[in-house]
Amino acid sequence: MGMTMTQKILAAHAGLDSVTAGQLIEAKLDVVMANDITGPMALPIFKEMAEKVYDKDKVVLVPDHFTPNKDIKSAENSKAIREFAREQGLTWYFEQGKSGVEHAILPEAGVVVGGECIIGADSHTCTYGALGAFSTGVGTTDIATGMATGELWFKVPSAIKFVLTGKPGAYVSGKDIIIHIIGKIGVDGALYKSMEFTGDGIANLSMDDRFTMANMAIEAGAKNGIFPVDEKAEAYMKEHSKKEYKIYEADADAEYDEVVEIDLAKVRPTVAFPHLPGNAKTIDEIEAMEPIKINQVVIGSCTNGRMEDMRKAAAILKGRTVHQDVRVMVIPATQKIYKQCIAEGLLDIFVDAGCAVNTPSCGPCMGGHMGVMAAGERCVSTTNRNFVGRMGHVDSLIYLASPEVAAASAIAGCIANPEKVGDR
Amino acid sequence: MRATGHVFKYGDNVDTDVIIPARYLNSFDAQELASHAMADIDPEFVNKVKPGDLIVANKNFGCGSSREHAPLCLKTAGVSCVIAETFARIFYRNAINIGLPIIECPEAAKGIEAGDEVEVDFDSGKIYNRTKGTEFQGQPFPEFMQKLIAAGGLVKYTNSKK
Repeated sequence: MGMTMTQKILAAHAGLDSVTAGQLIEAKLDVVMANDITGPMALPIFKEMAEKVYDKDKVVLVPDHFTPNKDIKSAENSKAIREFAREQGLTWYFEQGKSGVEHAILPEAGVVVGGECIIGADSHTCTYGALGAFSTGVGTTDIATGMATGELWFKVPSAIKFVLTGKPGAYVSGKDIIIHIIGKIGVDGALYKSMEFTGDGIANLSMDDRFTMANMAIEAGAKNGIFPVDEKAEAYMKEHSKKEYKIYEADADAEYDEVVEIDLAKVRPTVAFPHLPGNAKTIDEIEAMEPIKINQVVIGSCTNGRMEDMRKAAAILKGRTVHQDVRVMVIPATQKIYKQCIAEGLLDIFVDAGCAVNTPSCGPCMGGHMGVMAAGERCVSTTNRNFVGRMGHVDSLIYLASPEVAAASAIAGCIANPEKVGDR
Repeated sequence: MRATGHVFKYGDNVDTDVIIPARYLNSFDAQELASHAMADIDPEFVNKVKPGDLIVANKNFGCGSSREHAPLCLKTAGVSCVIAETFARIFYRNAINIGLPIIECPEAAKGIEAGDEVEVDFDSGKIYNRTKGTEFQGQPFPEFMQKLIAAGGLVKYTNSKK
């Protein structure tokens, strides 16, 4: 029996010729990453096992959640990982001002490439599957063990194959596609499994679309999401990384639990309603409802804070003004993206429209800072979770959407269709 | 090993944001985290929970963020075991790694109500509902995980291999 793409990567990292779903293996790790919430907690656990990290080029720390530090406790936490990074001589420590949101900065800085086995103490570590890597989120004890030993146990996952065909419409991007998929299979539809994306429709998806889709695999319960490595992915890795990537392909006779076909041309701008990422409603369904008035819009995060997201939001906001009842936060995900926004005049567009533009950070996504909501408030957000209390008060509501839907909603003051605002 | 206590019952998709909201994640002190356990789904939980009590829930318990603060705050608050139809995978790993007993058992998730007195035998995976006089068989752990648990968690297992 053949192996899926994920199984092949895991077999190679476990030193085995083949693996099957359900098998427990111990695999070697190419990158082990933690942030300012999970990293500090991992340090005392790490010290129970080792004095030095297993490889100073492979252990990566990114302070991004509560940075620039929102209070004294978070400053102490950032200080702890900063000092640890110095003491261990880590190659990849991303300090504020040279950094960004972890899952945007790691691919951009070339820290992660295709074919690798990667763990991160953050559930959205599955993002790097866009590059054809096996990449998954773990907790603190797992990450401390990875930092100490460079190995971790895994249960080999089975997989669901998503065959993508066709070309998405002008105002449909990776976010709409992945919310559509999660709506279809449910928030535990891929529990413990890989989501393997295939099909000729992938050629019509940009790398930023793919990062967004792989990022939200966890919202369907998946262990990882993964894309084949095509010309676009190779070009991206050559541009951003000095590391050698390795291309793995699923066997023709690989076994899948399920095959789901998605015609990208039929996917509509899609929004996830509170309180689950799988509560998907198309823009057409929303337009048939009473208008849903909003108080806040967030455009950014590890899901949708990349350059294309900024360009798409700016194209809608250009020459327009944010609705008087709405506060808008735009958060470019890395310093490089921030600078590119300046170079392309996008920052002028955002500020002229009445948006607050924040420095790269996870910010309000998990209710940390820079846009926490009060009771009864509603937000259209390009982030990844709309759980109860995720962005502030337990009685606030989050609607997950693409940058274009978010920008159109910012202008309209209610959830709005970008097709009716834009000019494509 | 056995545990006995009263049950707190929850539904599908209890996420780690409601188990321990991110506004408390500027600390990883176990006692402090425990004082906010279940804050955004059941604010009364911390006032009512007694050592040995159990949580029983439906599908996909612990979904969302990878924060290990979630199983840690439940364990420190006194929860002796979480029984669910299914667990989200990162929560499952984290619970085993820190030694919070968890059992997958769809029948028990359906047959146990809030306030029931429940006893769990971890060696056999048997779950006894003392209030209703019913019993259930939980999924046993795979052998590798039993080794991890027997060693006292991942850190001790890792150190034992040196």
